[in-house]
Amino acid sequence: MSVASPDTDVLVSFRGVQKSYDGENLIVKHLDLDIRRGEFLTLLGPSGSGKTTCLMMLAGFETPTAGEIRLDGKLLNRVPPHKRNIGMVFQNYALFPHMTVGENLAYPLKIRKLPAAEVDAKVKRALGMVKLDKFANRYPGQMSGGQQQRVALARALVFEPQLVLMDEPLGALDKQLREHMQLEIKHIHENLGVTVVYVTHDQSEALTMSDRVAVFDKGEIQQIDPAETLYEAPVNSFVAGFIGESNAISGTIEHVDGDFCQARLTGGGSVSARAVCVRQAGQPTTLSIRPERVMLGERAVGCANRFDATIAEFIYLGDHLRLRLDFAGNSGFMVKVPVPEVDPAWQVGNRLSIGWRAEDLRALDPLAA
Amino acid sequence: MNMTADAPLLAADGVPLAVKLKRAERRKKLRAALLVAPLAVFLLATFILPIALLLYRSVENPEVPAMLPKTVSALAGWQGQGLPDEAALGVFVQELTAAKDNKAMVGNAAKRLNMEISGYRSLLTKTVRAMPLDPAAGPLREQFVNIDERWAEADYWRVLRHQDSRYTGFYLQSSLDIKRGADDSLHMAGDDEAIYLKIFGRTLWMSAVVTLFCFLLGYPLAYWLVNLPTRKSNLLMIVVLLPFWTSVLVRVAAWIVLLQNEGLINGALMAMGFVDSPVQLAFNRIGVYIAMVHILLPFMILPVFSVMKAIPPTYMRAAVSLGSHPIPAFWKVYFPQTVAGVGAGALLVFIMSIGYYITPALLGGPDDQMVSYYVAFFTNNTVNWGMAAALGSLLLIATMALYTLYARIVGANRLSLG
Ligand SMILES: Nc1ncnc2c1ncn2[C@@H]1O[C@H](COP(=O)(O)OP(=O)(O)OP(=O)(O)O)[C@@H](O)[C@H]1O
Ligand SMILES: [Mg+2]
Repeated sequence: MSVASPDTDVLVSFRGVQKSYDGENLIVKHLDLDIRRGEFLTLLGPSGSGKTTCLMMLAGFETPTAGEIRLDGKLLNRVPPHKRNIGMVFQNYALFPHMTVGENLAYPLKIRKLPAAEVDAKVKRALGMVKLDKFANRYPGQMSGGQQQRVALARALVFEPQLVLMDEPLGALDKQLREHMQLEIKHIHENLGVTVVYVTHDQSEALTMSDRVAVFDKGEIQQIDPAETLYEAPVNSFVAGFIGESNAISGTIEHVDGDFCQARLTGGGSVSARAVCVRQAGQPTTLSIRPERVMLGERAVGCANRFDATIAEFIYLGDHLRLRLDFAGNSGFMVKVPVPEVDPAWQVGNRLSIGWRAEDLRALDPLAA
Repeated sequence: MNMTADAPLLAADGVPLAVKLKRAERRKKLRAALLVAPLAVFLLATFILPIALLLYRSVENPEVPAMLPKTVSALAGWQGQGLPDEAALGVFVQELTAAKDNKAMVGNAAKRLNMEISGYRSLLTKTVRAMPLDPAAGPLREQFVNIDERWAEADYWRVLRHQDSRYTGFYLQSSLDIKRGADDSLHMAGDDEAIYLKIFGRTLWMSAVVTLFCFLLGYPLAYWLVNLPTRKSNLLMIVVLLPFWTSVLVRVAAWIVLLQNEGLINGALMAMGFVDSPVQLAFNRIGVYIAMVHILLPFMILPVFSVMKAIPPTYMRAAVSLGSHPIPAFWKVYFPQTVAGVGAGALLVFIMSIGYYITPALLGGPDDQMVSYYVAFFTNNTVNWGMAAALGSLLLIATMALYTLYARIVGANRLSLG
């Protein structure tokens, strides 16, 4: 977590921010967040976790119930939204339907009373950036979803704000176009060096695009880290379950020994694991391991943790095979095997030895039943 | 492509596909026609037919040609000076004599001629009573002048000569204050004779004022309603629609009770000491405006509300995030998107206003009556269907012109939104 001293690297900082709409439930419970200058930060989380609310507080359309938000060191709480100079891209694009694309882009520039020649030049440059040079005279209604998306992007960038907020901007596009636009947005971000706060609940989108991802749940940031750390080293069982796929095994801690611990599985057997959120013996825990970290057959020999499991199901997925195993009372234990490593002799009902390294199994907080 | 052009595609049973498609389409069309047939018949009988009859009545002129068909054609040769020649007068005598026993026909024709020159009614009935004339008793010209001296005036003959057609522009011309001069040319009536243009002007002006007030009151209300939570806005919408649950007559009566000099409002104003003597609120223009705005307000609110409902709040947020103060953002971004709804509401209110009768009749003074009042006057009091139909037709034409204008403006606007 980055509750760092206010250094010049930080563009936006949330301090103790809370938000309640009805005076009873806190939608945002307690937010401390530093957004670094020039970074691409994604807020990721399930529906209703308060991502949009955070973005709206930053943009000024909602006021925090408590706490303060600073932009460039300046307190934002009293600054009305139209004076914040923050670009926004909305999920439905919000392009003004009665204005042409050119007029849409010129709108923020004309408000800033730029000379006409400069407005034209900037509009042209922005349209070039999103590869829509020829569309200045079209109305938004005459364009495809992807094109409208780009116009919305260009409009949020044309007045050169230092911060751009995007709330699920690709939510309405189909998968292929979405992946294409993800890269395009990423390249624009790299070229302009603008700071982007991006909201999504699509985790692959978050992992592809961001410098850092903040995982939200129940109005709190669960973890904020680069994509790789988030995936390889989740700090709690919500993050482990939310990002990627993982096997969750319940157990009880037997003893903790520095970074590692010994745990007894509820279904029988004992494992050693990396101690992440466990302190003392007797604590319940959820042990989490990624399906691709489990080794089978001879590969399992020499692993710190070894078990016998029964093959329950094969799922063929082209580049890899997924095995569902019955093991220690878990019937949904998944293992990913690259196709070249598959043994053709395996059949449903076969017994198989499995194993993994102690550092790949993470002892986390117990999942609420 | 080329192959299909040579040999038409066949369906499974060997019939060309195009033929099959046409058959299927025909069946579909027939079904659609059957479904709308009852409504079409109903509309034809209750809407299109009456309107067609109305338009027809405004130009129909059967009375004099029915009674004096040969006379009017004989008068075509008359020069417009002095009396017509003996031959024409002979025909006139014949037809007058023949009509002598048909009281209704004479009455209708006399009434029609009386509209052109007042006094013609008595002249004609008197002349009919004097029939038949004996051609041997001297020149017919002298005999006519003997019956009544007015026959010596060319005006009476000129009016008669004009009745040569079963169709006339007389009613429409009169409705527009156009008079026919002695030299048969059309000219605008002088200020002392002109009536209807002023009434049309007043009708349009009052409708415009009512429309403007409906807009000024309805637009902010609709905006407020769309921005409320759905449950509250639904409840308030019912309140907006509440006036529809009582008849217009009841509401106007209620306004009379409230607005008259001894009414609640004046009573309250005087009790609170704002005024010493009652403010004249009923039986003048103010009362008419108050009641009409009240009755027509929902017709402005509903279309505006439904258009606003479809505009997501993100447009305003986008405009503000781009740096615009909320007020200019409203005018530049939000308002243009509601123009279609405002247009529809204004058109609805305006068109309904131009046809208003009961409210001005009950709550207005003599100078607050609109065209419909005169339509009612001509149908109920003087039984002049021609004038009633002509005024009605002109109202209809004004309405259609307005609608076309609206369709032009909003239609074009839609296109640009498309
Ligand atoms: N204007 C509002 N009034 C009352 N409650 C609201 C309002 N806006 C949001 N909420 C509530 O706040 C919670 C968080 O909403 P928010 O829109 O921030 O979620 P989100 O993380 O953006 O979800 P999603 O991924 O579905 O967009 C939700 O439970 C929502 O019902
Ligand atoms: Mg959201």
